[in-house]
Amino acid sequence: MTNTYQLISSNIQKSTSWQQKYREIMLLGKTLPPLADILKTDDALVPGCESKVWMFVEFDLTENALVVIGDSDTRIVKGLLALILALYNGLTPEEVLAVNAYDEFEKLGLISHLSASRGNGVKAMVETIQTMAKQKAL
Amino acid sequence: MSSFDPKKIRNDFPTLNQTINGYPLVYLDSAATTQKPQCVIDATTQFYTSQNANVHRGRHTLSEQATTAYENVRTLVADYFKVTSNEIVWTKGATEAINLVAHGLRNTLTAADTILISPIEHHANIVPWQELAAQSGATLKTLPLNADATFDIAQCCEVIKRTKPALLAITHASNTLGNITDLAPLIASAKAVGALTLVDGAQGALHLRPDLKKLDCDFYVFSAHKMVGPTGLGGLYGRYTTLNALSPYQTGGEMIEKVTLTHSTYRNAPAKFEAGTPNIAGVLGFGAALEYLMKLDLQTLQQYEQQLFIYAASTLSKIDGISIYSNLKSNIGTLCFNYKNEHPYDLSTLLDNYGIAVRSGHHCTQPLMSHLNLNGSLRASFAFYNTTKDVDQFIAALKECIALLD
Ligand SMILES: Cc1ncc(COP(=O)(O)O)c(C=O)c1O
Repeated sequence: MTNTYQLISSNIQKSTSWQQKYREIMLLGKTLPPLADILKTDDALVPGCESKVWMFVEFDLTENALVVIGDSDTRIVKGLLALILALYNGLTPEEVLAVNAYDEFEKLGLISHLSASRGNGVKAMVETIQTMAKQKAL
Repeated sequence: MSSFDPKKIRNDFPTLNQTINGYPLVYLDSAATTQKPQCVIDATTQFYTSQNANVHRGRHTLSEQATTAYENVRTLVADYFKVTSNEIVWTKGATEAINLVAHGLRNTLTAADTILISPIEHHANIVPWQELAAQSGATLKTLPLNADATFDIAQCCEVIKRTKPALLAITHASNTLGNITDLAPLIASAKAVGALTLVDGAQGALHLRPDLKKLDCDFYVFSAHKMVGPTGLGGLYGRYTTLNALSPYQTGGEMIEKVTLTHSTYRNAPAKFEAGTPNIAGVLGFGAALEYLMKLDLQTLQQYEQQLFIYAASTLSKIDGISIYSNLKSNIGTLCFNYKNEHPYDLSTLLDNYGIAVRSGHHCTQPLMSHLNLNGSLRASFAFYNTTKDVDQFIAALKECIALLD
């Protein structure tokens, strides 16, 4: 688990109301650097989502690490993406496989955002990351 | 409003009496599906508890009772719409009913024909016609639409006169905006050029309870689950001769007259379109729903829904930064809106945390959304079991959500 993620996660867990929690998440989204418009292609778009989510999951061979970038046109989903990015960015495939996003979202009281009915692209992002890690793991 | 007591009505709907995320549920998604009164739940349970048997197939007592009860509901639907029971076909919903008609016209339409629809239709009343056009070679055209997504009826009638479509398929009320279509002149114009007419009543059937003989359309489709009935059931009304002339949709048991190993003959409508074992429990539950609805005086019900809608629309429009897209003058009780440039997803997610159930997105009307230049919207849809208290809770929560975003 990255230090950034641990910091973010403890911040969210300290929220005393759901309103505060969502404020934290939306602030987190604001810290995510926006994707350049040129990268917001249909190919990068997670299909079938109400919130637009663009994502790139790449594998850096020299660093043996996953590189994930993403953006969304909604504040909440963008915040959740920032959370996922903090959770997985820079990890080796083996480390990625050891991190369960569902457990983390459960701990943060955000698990409903990974449900099928949300259709928000966050679940798809987690699955893409996991699939990539499985392919690259030794 | 002596005969209509909103508090009493509300108690008939057990789902409404719960808290969501720690707040009392405010259900404003009746355009997607309505809640069910206890009598509907009881009728479905009772069928499985004591009446379960297949219909039209057994001489034993249970089967005969089930068949009678099942066919009685067909009569009840016919009464509701003021038509005859052999003009009612059971389907699994409005979508299947439209597909049934589109499929049934495959051998009738040719490349010389035009199918006319409107740009505000639900995808269920667009895609089957695209398929039919592709299959038959017919041309698919759309009616003109004002910038605010209302119809210029005179202009539409002109287009009907000019295009002489073989079929006009149009909604009774928009699921996204709630706008009611002024159908009478459109149907009259269509009839004048010999066009068939299909009305998508998924939204209109509950709120407008149309007299279909007066409306004079050839087909009218509806979904039971949007009329306080069970899911998985809907129906098609078809003017008998026109209905019976359609080719069958699915084939198999129940719909046949005589089968040899090489050839079969079909029964007449409605049986012709009802292959296989139907949704018997759904039909019986829907029977209870129709009895429930018909006990409510239509005028009183509509008056109540209108008052509630006007109240909701006026309080919503007082919030700075809200844009409402619905036509408030002629509406079944649906508010389509956005707040500034905020994504509707964020607002519906935050509203859910306050126990407010609204929809966000394109509401299966992408062409309408692009006409309005929107990526999506919020939709609050009301029904007669909603109260002014619901409106107040909704508006208060919306203000809180806006404060969270600003
Ligand atoms: C206007 C309209 N047409 C068709 C449908 C399709 O109904 P169903 O999904 O019940 O088949 C709906 C439901 O969303 C609707 O609102």
